[in-house]
Amino acid sequence: MALSLDRLGLYDPKDPLKDRLTDLGPRHFWQYFPPIIQNNYGRWIYHDVLEPGILVHVSETGDKVYTVRCGAARFMTVQHVREICDIADQYCEGYVRFTTRNNIEFLVDSLDKLEALKKDLANRKFVSGSYKFPIGGTGAGISNIVHTQGYIHCHTPATDASSMVKAVSDELFKYFQSMTLPAKVRVSMACCLNMCGAVHCSDIALLGNHRKPPIVDHKVIDKVCEIPLAIAACPVGAISPDKTSEGYKTVKIKKERCMFCGNCYTMCQALPLSDKEGDGVTILAGGKISNRVSMPKFSKVVVPWLPNNFPRFPEVVEAVVKILEAYTAGANKYERLGDWAERIGWEKFFEKTGLEFTDHLIDDYRLAYDTWRTSTQFKYTTAAWGTSGIAGGIE
Amino acid sequence: MPFEPKEPQKEIKYEETRIYTDAELNSYTDEELNNFKIKHAIPDLEELENGPWPSFVADAKQEALHRRKLAGNRMLIERDVVEDMLGQLQDSFDDGETHWKHGGIVGVFGYGGGIIGRYSDQPEKYPSIAHFHTIRVNQPASKFYNTDFLRTICDLWEYRGSGLMNLHGSTGDLVLLGTTTEQLEPIFFELTHVLGQDIGGSGSNLRTPSCCIGKARCEFACYDTQDLCYELTKYYQDELHRPAFPYKFKIKFDGCPNGCVASIARSDMSFIGTWRDNIRIDQKAVKAYLSGEVEPNGSAHQGRDWGKFDIQKEVLGLCPTKCMYLEGNELKIDNQECTRCMHCINVMPMALKPGIDNGVSILLGAKAPILAGAQMATLIVPFMKAEPPYDSIKDFIEKVWEFWIEEGKNRERLGELMQRIGLPKFLATIGLRPVPQMVKNPRENPYILWQEKDVPGGWSRDIDAYRSRHKS
Repeated sequence: MALSLDRLGLYDPKDPLKDRLTDLGPRHFWQYFPPIIQNNYGRWIYHDVLEPGILVHVSETGDKVYTVRCGAARFMTVQHVREICDIADQYCEGYVRFTTRNNIEFLVDSLDKLEALKKDLANRKFVSGSYKFPIGGTGAGISNIVHTQGYIHCHTPATDASSMVKAVSDELFKYFQSMTLPAKVRVSMACCLNMCGAVHCSDIALLGNHRKPPIVDHKVIDKVCEIPLAIAACPVGAISPDKTSEGYKTVKIKKERCMFCGNCYTMCQALPLSDKEGDGVTILAGGKISNRVSMPKFSKVVVPWLPNNFPRFPEVVEAVVKILEAYTAGANKYERLGDWAERIGWEKFFEKTGLEFTDHLIDDYRLAYDTWRTSTQFKYTTAAWGTSGIAGGIE
Repeated sequence: MPFEPKEPQKEIKYEETRIYTDAELNSYTDEELNNFKIKHAIPDLEELENGPWPSFVADAKQEALHRRKLAGNRMLIERDVVEDMLGQLQDSFDDGETHWKHGGIVGVFGYGGGIIGRYSDQPEKYPSIAHFHTIRVNQPASKFYNTDFLRTICDLWEYRGSGLMNLHGSTGDLVLLGTTTEQLEPIFFELTHVLGQDIGGSGSNLRTPSCCIGKARCEFACYDTQDLCYELTKYYQDELHRPAFPYKFKIKFDGCPNGCVASIARSDMSFIGTWRDNIRIDQKAVKAYLSGEVEPNGSAHQGRDWGKFDIQKEVLGLCPTKCMYLEGNELKIDNQECTRCMHCINVMPMALKPGIDNGVSILLGAKAPILAGAQMATLIVPFMKAEPPYDSIKDFIEKVWEFWIEEGKNRERLGELMQRIGLPKFLATIGLRPVPQMVKNPRENPYILWQEKDVPGGWSRDIDAYRSRHKS
């Protein structure tokens, strides 16, 4: 059945329920498996990484499937997807898949096809020079950055996603195409602290964050918002009902209690808070999802704020590189970034990365006490001598 | 063939579905692209065309030029929609603020979700993105496609939308970025009638489930992640399309504790494959690792010289329970003490395999920080078989939903409700007995609740009787 060219296609606005199909769900996966995957489903016995970006899986049937993993911008156009299809048609019998980190995977069943495919992919560039299909993202390196909508499509961001990810990925490109790190490093990005995606549990995470309380649009708030929802949206109870001198029903915000999460704006469009000077980037580190050796971990805030310096975010890139280089130099084989930081102690993490420790990094929300150090076990660093000096009694 | 779809699956042939001719699809040269300037000045964005990583700006310009070349009657929304999107993005960089208006409620009849409405706050300056709605398309499990399907989506979306997409949204959907309200129903009709394809979830409902690659291409997979994902997505279509919950609810399926779809952090209900018998050991392959014949960890560390493989240092010494040892060259595992963390299997995939008596662990309550703080999922069911028709899994899901739908407050995630009423009460409500596996450690404070019926004599006491023994 052809796609329709009529303005409204098969839809009849006079009888909207006519011929409506619902609850079909997704297409069944089996028909999209290449034959080699169908034939060896559940029969794989081991795998190996042949080189960065190239995997081989071996089946008990003796079949081998070679996977070429390529980076992708996640945001892509139909023109780019058509080029992916051209490649899949030429080398992969018309099949292609995408990973949970938004890389593209092309699968072939022989080494000859693999070599031709690799060569073709490596030669495809956008006219302005960037790779269309860089091969990599496997093993102990840095794969694609899971990220969000940013200024391209969202109304609550405190920063942009696609541009920051491009800037950081350019800098980390050598790690995408190599496997030189102690373990994989997952970098993720979210443009506000709704944290759509994986920011709360990544090795390195970049997060858009505000620093100014919302502006209350008193004249319209009662008309456009369900005020109790805005009040209930605040994690710290900073919002309460109010009336202006002109008699408008509104809310008041205790500015000294607000920590700028933006959730009241999510619920109420009369409480915007984005701001050029206020908004910026928070960096977290040390999270993980897998259960390998240690249990999954949340990422911890290690840089409270850096400016939104569009389009290349040099301060953010610099901080990421500092963390990465200290980790690479110090961690043992198989040790994830969070495992390393916990082994050496966070005081050593700050010493080795050269990141500044400020009061913003000390938890003060609800279960904060559990994160303070109720022990005499600590390591001396320059920072410790500094604070001991202020306390007095040492020369 | 382990799986056959339960209903006939529509086959799509691009040669039959297509809108655009080959000439229309290949309508520009590299040179034209190189000289192409969009109608707005976008200096910061053009800077992002540099560097090695695939540039979203360079890609967007391809589509902008392609739309310039298409005849006016070969697309139903404005030709310059991509150019306006890029122009507004440059404005957002200049202003340090987003230029999308708050919210937007649009959709298709019969459903309460699946489409994210979006409107520009500068519609006069950028009229072609005055409406710029997103459609979530429910991806096939583990995101395998054929090109007939993808090319058809591309033609449909270029004709009735912006031609911009996300492959994929964080939850898993194939995301179509930017169309007008008028085109939502026509696109839905084309998706369902031509592609046999439904939209995904948004709002206070079951969101689109997703899974790892599972048995399709992984020797670690402990159950059929795709099959369970597909089966539950189909079975709960009503819950997915018509919001009936206190808030959103996500389900994800990981084939093993490595967590390649991150279910433990990113789903309210997390199914993680596991086993309850012994790790399978191939001693011959162990020797191949010991002798250096095979690279550890599937050669994942080949870019750096970490020295010769040292099983003591790299496997036995890192095992979190220290339940492994060597007897001569024989590797032994005390499986009773193993917590199935996957490390040894990950390091020696040729020699070690998960057991064969497989199932899932079920964990509940993961969420991002808003409102009460971020949560990972917490272990509730240590082990359950995961075999078609998955009745025990469905029963469990429905028990949890029944409780949460009844007790959950407006916009309260399952994980927050579990915290608010406490794990003991939650377990009692869904009919499970507490076990030590559910906690990292027992409570440290002594503020222990007891039920009156469990205390001899009950709670009604007489002060006079007390005073007869104790003067005040």
